[in-house]
Amino acid sequence: MQNVTFNRKHLLGIRELAPGEITHLLDTAENFRDISRREIKKVPALRGRTVINLFFEPSTRTRTSFEIAAKRLSADAINISVSTSSMSKGETLLDTARNLEAMAPDCIVVRHSMAGAPQQLARMGNAPIINAGDGAHEHPTQALLDALTIREYKGRIEGLKVAIIGDVLHSRVARSNIYLLTKLGATVSIAGPGTLVPAEFAELVEQGLSVERRIEDAIEGADVIMILRIQRERQDAAFFPSMREYAVHYGLHPKHLERAAADAIVMHPGPMNRGVEIASEIADGSRSLILDQVTNGVAVRMAVLYLLAGGGHAEVDADATERIKHAAKAETRNGTTNGKRKRKQGNETPNR
Amino acid sequence: MDFIEKARIMDSPRINRALARLASEIVEENHGAGDLYLVGIRRRGVPLAERMADKIADLEGHRPPVGIVDITLYRDDLSTVGAKPIVNRTDLPGDIENRNIVLIDDVLYTGRTIRAALDQLIDFGRPRRVQLAVLIDRGKEHRELPIQADYIGKLVPTKKSEIIKVMLQEFDEEEGVVIVERPPGETG
Repeated sequence: MQNVTFNRKHLLGIRELAPGEITHLLDTAENFRDISRREIKKVPALRGRTVINLFFEPSTRTRTSFEIAAKRLSADAINISVSTSSMSKGETLLDTARNLEAMAPDCIVVRHSMAGAPQQLARMGNAPIINAGDGAHEHPTQALLDALTIREYKGRIEGLKVAIIGDVLHSRVARSNIYLLTKLGATVSIAGPGTLVPAEFAELVEQGLSVERRIEDAIEGADVIMILRIQRERQDAAFFPSMREYAVHYGLHPKHLERAAADAIVMHPGPMNRGVEIASEIADGSRSLILDQVTNGVAVRMAVLYLLAGGGHAEVDADATERIKHAAKAETRNGTTNGKRKRKQGNETPNR
Repeated sequence: MDFIEKARIMDSPRINRALARLASEIVEENHGAGDLYLVGIRRRGVPLAERMADKIADLEGHRPPVGIVDITLYRDDLSTVGAKPIVNRTDLPGDIENRNIVLIDDVLYTGRTIRAALDQLIDFGRPRRVQLAVLIDRGKEHRELPIQADYIGKLVPTKKSEIIKVMLQEFDEEEGVVIVERPPGETG
């Protein structure tokens, strides 16, 4: 079969994905984008399926985005917000997993402050797990929506120069983006205060990543500038002297854009600290794609839910693949083609 | 398990003549091309719709708009098909409200694809009328839903073990319609 498909049960991170799987996710998301532009923003693909949004950390954007995505696919979305403060995290997760399993969900979207929590859920239960952010580890759907946005405006990922500025240390968004962008052939420069952008990050991926101290150096010639949020809630240790000082030295200001490519785009995963990591005139300016990112987030999550929460049995499809292969072989033998036939499979409907 | 080609039922000129006849039947039935709107069902219904629109333009001097529906998200077997089929875009430019829609597909068999296409169409608006044109009708006895075609290129009664392959130059290396068959004892 010529089309690479996505046959995983879970989406836990970008790191383990092959470039072809990422591209398939992006292609699928692209075709889901226009459902949100229709008058009736709903298709029946996941009718009767249950998606649980299990959030152990506060989130408005991501949770809403997953909820809207599920509903536009006709799935029933249930939101559960759990506070971890009073309980031992391991116990809570195990208990919660057992309880949820008993309600037979078709997919669980999980956000947790502990890195590896989605992996643990995936091992414990039967339902497909989507990682909606685990600690400082990964946030795969954010990286996918960023990539979809870049592709929409730049037409490609390969060969682009991307600068990621800010609190890389605490950022799952940065990690997932670094994996994704380098896998698809972009070069990434990260920059920020030494306490938040350790030099060891250069070893995160084999190639395509450089660590800069001055944000000007990272932005030089960049096609894409991604600004990370200063995570005030994770700043109990003194990583930098003050917000004001951070804004002066590491905030993105209009003068920085002169160093970037003439058609550079600016992204931010939200929520923004205006005037800290990004100047308001950039956030609201013509290069800012912050709201496009949000729109693409719904499309990406629809694609991921469609691919993971739809049920189905791998052996049935293996059968179909066999059938197609045999049909092609038979054609060749019977001389109805001249040998190499390009068959596009995948959207053929057997039950026409 | 191998497929055996049993018969070649149409070649390129025959496909072309059938489409020309369907185009003129469609225009006659709808009193011109004024409110017509053709909708091809992915994949092979799309080039057929485009070709029919060209023929209608030749007849009437007015080319009806052509839309595309991808029925993947409306399939009734999504939960059983294993790896998820690739989703392509549905594109219905303009407004289908009060138009005379002609749905176009290559083969009518169980009718389930047409059901999915109808459901999707209705999510986009309320056409005045929806008709169905197919290049090949495999016969009423295979129908699993109460759906029949209004315009038929060729009626080809077939057995369940047989498969109709429509090949169009837009997707295939040649044009033609063939019947292939599974060897006895195999089910599909």
